[in-house]
Amino acid sequence: MTRVPMEGKVLNENARVAAELRERFVARRVLVVNLVSSPGSGKTTLLEKTLGALPQASRVAVLTGDLQTENDANRLKRYGFPVKQIVTGGTCHLDARMIEKHIADWDLAQLDMLIVENVGNLVCPSSYDLGEAAKIVLLSVTEGEDKPLKYPSIFFKSELMVLTKTDLLPYVPFDADLALANARRVHPEMEVVRVSCLAGDGLRDWMNWLERRREKFLASLTQPVG
Amino acid sequence: MHEMGIANSILEGVAQELKRRPGSRAVSVGVRIGELAGVDPDALSFAFEALTLDTDFAGLAIDVEYVVPRSRCTECRHEFDVRNFELLCPNCGSLSTKRLSGDELEFKYLEIEEDVPQAK
Repeated sequence: MTRVPMEGKVLNENARVAAELRERFVARRVLVVNLVSSPGSGKTTLLEKTLGALPQASRVAVLTGDLQTENDANRLKRYGFPVKQIVTGGTCHLDARMIEKHIADWDLAQLDMLIVENVGNLVCPSSYDLGEAAKIVLLSVTEGEDKPLKYPSIFFKSELMVLTKTDLLPYVPFDADLALANARRVHPEMEVVRVSCLAGDGLRDWMNWLERRREKFLASLTQPVG
Repeated sequence: MHEMGIANSILEGVAQELKRRPGSRAVSVGVRIGELAGVDPDALSFAFEALTLDTDFAGLAIDVEYVVPRSRCTECRHEFDVRNFELLCPNCGSLSTKRLSGDELEFKYLEIEEDVPQAK
């Protein structure tokens, strides 16, 4: 018997498609962000507020994923930006192939930002690169402060944590500082923005973060590699 | 469950490697999985068995090395294994650390038997 060394990543097919997508997004200068969270943390509502606040001339598109229904896309389409629903059928996460298929008839040169709303799931999306520039994780104040410790992989991979539903803080025993401390245990450089979509708090911080992230993305495109 | 997809990708990788070695049979495949990859060992074993049963890969063993995340201190540059989400650098005690790895999903090796008679 012979042992031969093998190299390379498992999840090869998704990683390959994701790498191709990433190259295309970089070539077309499109900032792509991947929003992840538990079901019900407020991803779609945050996106409604985001699209509602953007100037109509903004070159932004949205892909939103769910197992069933087009409900989220229908909510988001009201703001006048290109929005498509990805119905996975049963798959608990979006994968690169789904993104590739759904952007096929979009001209990426016409976009500055693509927001992908993943299926509500803190587990599986962590394993599936979509070619995005950044993952953003939402955590609502009705969840536990130890969520980052329970789901370290997704918190490790996310650049920003958006703490949602902060208007409920007076009514729930949630300790926001503890949640942030836990997130930083798993990912020391994690940034945070606190929002309440209902009350309108923190939305300016969120929009500013997106703006700065896009500037950082564009700056990285002009830097020589290596 | 995404362990099915991962098991499938492992088998595809094995099949690719075997194409380069005609007449060989795979006995076991070694993979490295980081603790932060979110892969459940039992679910992966189960998926692997389910996918190899009654195929040419029946009996193929999978050997998983689970690795602990590693971090580097941004102050003293010391690299260390991270257990239980320890924040402090064990060398200088700094809180300023950067996670280097922990979510790997990689191939390590393939154990093969060569010169296997081809079934007709």
